[in-house]
Amino acid sequence: MMLLATLALTMTASPGTIVYGDVVHTVSGASITSGYVLIQDGDIVEVGHASDARPTGEELVLHAKVVTPGLVDARATVGLTGHHNIPHDQDHRDVTEPMQPQLRAMDAYNPQERLVEWVRGFGTTTVHTGHSPGALISGRTFIVKTAGNTVDDAMIVPDAMVSCTLGPAGQNGKGAPGNRSKGIALLRQELLNAQHWMRDDTKDESDEEGEEDKGPKKRNLNMEALAAVLRGEMPLLIHANTAQDISNAIRLTREFDIRMVLDGGCESYLVLDELAAANVPVLSHPPMIRMYEDTKNASFTTPAKLADAGIAMAIQTGYESYVPKVRVLVFEAGHAAAHGLGFERALRACTLDAARILGVDDRIGSIEKGKDGDLALWDGDPFEWTTHCTGVLIDGKSYEAADCRAQ
Amino acid sequence: MSMLPCTIALALAATATAASPTLYTGAHIIPVTQAEIPLGDMLVADGKIVALGPSGSLNIDGEGITVVNCEGRVLMPGLICTHSHIGGWGGADSSGPIQPETRIMDAIDVNDPGFRRAVAGGLTTLNIMPGSGHLSSGQTLYVKLRDASSIDDRIMLGEDGKPMGGLKMANGTNPQGRTGFPGTRGKSAALVRQAFIDAQHYLDRQTNAGDDASKMPKRDLRLETLGEVLQGRRTVHHHTHRHDDIMTVLRLAKEFNFKVVLHHVSDGWKVADEIAAAGAPCSIIIIDSPGGKQEAIDLSFRTGKILADAGVKIAYHTDDWITDSRYFLRSPAMGMRAGLDRETALASVTINAAQMLDLGERTGSLEPGKDADFVLLDGDPFSIYTKVLGTWVEGSRVFDRNDPKDLLAAEGGYGAGNQRRPYMCCQEHAQQQAAGGAQ
Repeated sequence: MMLLATLALTMTASPGTIVYGDVVHTVSGASITSGYVLIQDGDIVEVGHASDARPTGEELVLHAKVVTPGLVDARATVGLTGHHNIPHDQDHRDVTEPMQPQLRAMDAYNPQERLVEWVRGFGTTTVHTGHSPGALISGRTFIVKTAGNTVDDAMIVPDAMVSCTLGPAGQNGKGAPGNRSKGIALLRQELLNAQHWMRDDTKDESDEEGEEDKGPKKRNLNMEALAAVLRGEMPLLIHANTAQDISNAIRLTREFDIRMVLDGGCESYLVLDELAAANVPVLSHPPMIRMYEDTKNASFTTPAKLADAGIAMAIQTGYESYVPKVRVLVFEAGHAAAHGLGFERALRACTLDAARILGVDDRIGSIEKGKDGDLALWDGDPFEWTTHCTGVLIDGKSYEAADCRAQ
Repeated sequence: MSMLPCTIALALAATATAASPTLYTGAHIIPVTQAEIPLGDMLVADGKIVALGPSGSLNIDGEGITVVNCEGRVLMPGLICTHSHIGGWGGADSSGPIQPETRIMDAIDVNDPGFRRAVAGGLTTLNIMPGSGHLSSGQTLYVKLRDASSIDDRIMLGEDGKPMGGLKMANGTNPQGRTGFPGTRGKSAALVRQAFIDAQHYLDRQTNAGDDASKMPKRDLRLETLGEVLQGRRTVHHHTHRHDDIMTVLRLAKEFNFKVVLHHVSDGWKVADEIAAAGAPCSIIIIDSPGGKQEAIDLSFRTGKILADAGVKIAYHTDDWITDSRYFLRSPAMGMRAGLDRETALASVTINAAQMLDLGERTGSLEPGKDADFVLLDGDPFSIYTKVLGTWVEGSRVFDRNDPKDLLAAEGGYGAGNQRRPYMCCQEHAQQQAAGGAQ
């Protein structure tokens, strides 16, 4: 595995890269038998039948049995949670206060974490990662490509969502709620505080007694983040697994008219109508999640049931406190494919549908002209246990897929 | 391997008064210990496999025989997990690092829904183990996943008439660091050596007492159990990850001449030749990614292939709750992804596993005379799309995907999981370390 860093080949994109696939799954359109994708200057410039390709001979040429868009992990903590699992490399959660929407993922993400490279080796090119579940409001998430030397190289959306956790999973640390009612009460009060703070963000609150305006009010990072949620600029990403907590989340976000994205949703199949009526997208729990306490009723079929109900759904790898320190998206999506979701919907759930929910489908998630040159190459059905990821391209740069040949 | 028709007739006659013989026809049969039969039949009677062979070759008189049409299905031996924690939280407590006197048998909740999920995954035999937070956390138990109201219904009796099982041991960081437990690897090994020396002394006193009951030492459950290990009557199932810890296990096994199966072996690929030279079989864990704990940062999917190529007998295990038994076949499939051959992959969760539990004569392959422990699949064992349709233990069906209750266990859903947090090998200890709360 130590070899990975040296194996990762970066190549200049200027003459372009042409990828031929026995099958090219564009996801946004029909799959192309014997297709090709031309990438120049980091973007997809041509997609079509191989017979229509007009290579100049200067391109880097790659072949694969199956070509898919680079996979998009709808929710993870990779990069904030490192493989050593020691304090030094765990930056996903701070519980000194129960609500800290000011915490930015970009300040905690390690782009050189080995597990980022690991998931890239299995075809994941984009990850929605950041502060984990485990506090009432644990911080913010962001969206990165699984490449880049610095966080600035990797980052495509600096602030994606505000991460919130309902139920016992969020009751950790100093000042944390002791039960569900208290958790919701704390959240409502904090959102009310933010609404009040927003009324006039030029006026200093300490100046309420009618004295002369002292000028611009001092900035408040927590209030600013919640204000962005209240203004609809960022969704509230609510981690909830029981039907009760999911209903609570819908009630809360309806009261404040804020956009909600459900994170987890182990019992979401019990409240499909509510989720559909509220138009809540779901980042489904990894199908292979362990089943106990709040996740005890998880099902391999959750993604299929959400999709059947017409709910926008993508598959996440989630957060793990122990082993496996990261789950692998293609394994989880494959599991969903095998349990009712089927190949096409499962592939969408880890590419274009994830990109749509994350609001980055203008750039990634499908193989279309004008989109980022992010591809995953496979030597068979990507979801089969025995298939290999044989190559990965991010913004047109080719990376050797580690897959299981690492070591 | 197929039997003569006259022998079959005799066998049928002998079981006429027992459960109806059943003929499973038209399946793709994977016996594991012989070549796959693309279209085959298997006859089961009285909980045993009577015969198997190409379809139509068994020449069986159909009268009194229940026929089950298995066309388009795959029939293979029930899966055997050499390392599971389903239903078991127990074994040793926090009073000390070496507690061979404790039995997991006394701590298993036979109603744990994990057992339903295990048969849904095609498992028929488990080695249920206490955890790895001790140098020795107690006696393991080999069970058949029969329908049961008590764990006593699932035990297997050995030649000595006692429930079969091994002894769980562990080294590396899991057993270290808590009050009263060793602080270093050197101390861990020293404590284990001393324990075996004490047990050898106990055995010597028994031998020296001869027929003189007055000289016989008082029974000591701890020394008795370690004595069984020294006498080769109880296999050590040894948790060990890092290459140097693996070598320490082999060193101690050589010094005290005990029979050992190495479990997890995350670093096994680094010392494959040494493991092969010692003749120690390995039971491997497959986790999605390396790390999560220090000792597993070099975990590789290639371990199975590298060990097998070196001549080591390999198995995979679920370590259930670490990985769920319902997708146990994923583990050998991941081994194949990393280059392992199909034949070894099949053996790794059947006959090889059975042999590691000294059950190779009873289960682990489809052969006449063996227990009728088998699964019916709707496709290739190593495809993610394949489902377990049915699981049989000793001829009795213990899982039927068409039964809604069984389907719930297979897929998950409301009521399928566990209320309590599961036991996961030293998760809490590892998390304390991650939080900087432990030494």
